[in-house]
Amino acid sequence: MEHQQSKSFPISHVIGFVASLVLTFAAAGIALKTNLSFKVIMWIIGSLAVIQAGMQLFMFMHLREGEDGKTNLINMIYAVFMVIVIVVGSIWVLTSGHAAH
Amino acid sequence: MSAKVDTSLPLEYQTEQDRMNILGFWVFLGAEIVLFATLFGVYGVLYERFAGGPTHKDIFVIKDVMIQTVLLLTSSFTMGIAIFEMRRHNLKGLITWLVITLALGAGFLFMEINEFIHYAHEGATMQTSAFLSSLFVLLGTHGAHVTLGIGWATMVIIQLLKRGLTPTTARKTFIIGLYWHFLDVVWIFIFTFVYLKGLVA
Repeated sequence: MEHQQSKSFPISHVIGFVASLVLTFAAAGIALKTNLSFKVIMWIIGSLAVIQAGMQLFMFMHLREGEDGKTNLINMIYAVFMVIVIVVGSIWVLTSGHAAH
Repeated sequence: MSAKVDTSLPLEYQTEQDRMNILGFWVFLGAEIVLFATLFGVYGVLYERFAGGPTHKDIFVIKDVMIQTVLLLTSSFTMGIAIFEMRRHNLKGLITWLVITLALGAGFLFMEINEFIHYAHEGATMQTSAFLSSLFVLLGTHGAHVTLGIGWATMVIIQLLKRGLTPTTARKTFIIGLYWHFLDVVWIFIFTFVYLKGLVA
């Protein structure tokens, strides 16, 4: 593994950082400066957020590194599944049906 | 606990104990993700319950939010560089980048405290509406994590200064690094689903 890193310049970190900045400002620009519908904007900036979070996990946090890399990946996939159940589930149950009246 | 040391790996992965600690921290982060998911869920349900009080557009200041975002994003990057320097066994570089990271983190906290004071002056407090209760709980929990992270990283820096780079201090540094990146990940979603969502025309 990259024990004795011969590289003296952290190129993947710099790429990740620049990409994060670009994604952040792109999301702000799309949300604040365009006339797209609310739904379309939320889908676009939501996707940009997911891409950016993924970049943090893989490029900065070394998610798949080491002998437990696979375990980490499964753990995070399960966490994402829980997030979707909790967030989407709560909003769905509490803003539709009887709650909507 | 195994005393076996595999020197072909980076310092923080060299002993079984340290590898288990790092794996355990990933599991903890999974639980933290669920904690924040519940807060995002509550905010997502209540975000338009203004109760006659201020709305998103009345209180959010996009310029300040962008400054906070860039501060935290940059601090996540500098934390990455700190770990990069650690892997090169450059203790001085590691500590320098850690200190820069904490300075950026402190800058973020300063901005957030000012933001809360600004909200309170606008008449937007935790008691005003369901929207503001859920907003303050979500932002406050994240801010409390950043505060904790600054204190934690300060203690790790002290250990690095006293003991130098060993498998144990390297593992501790790597774990605070994971925690710090995680805080930035949470912020990405706060930025998108709280601030930008609230300000969409």
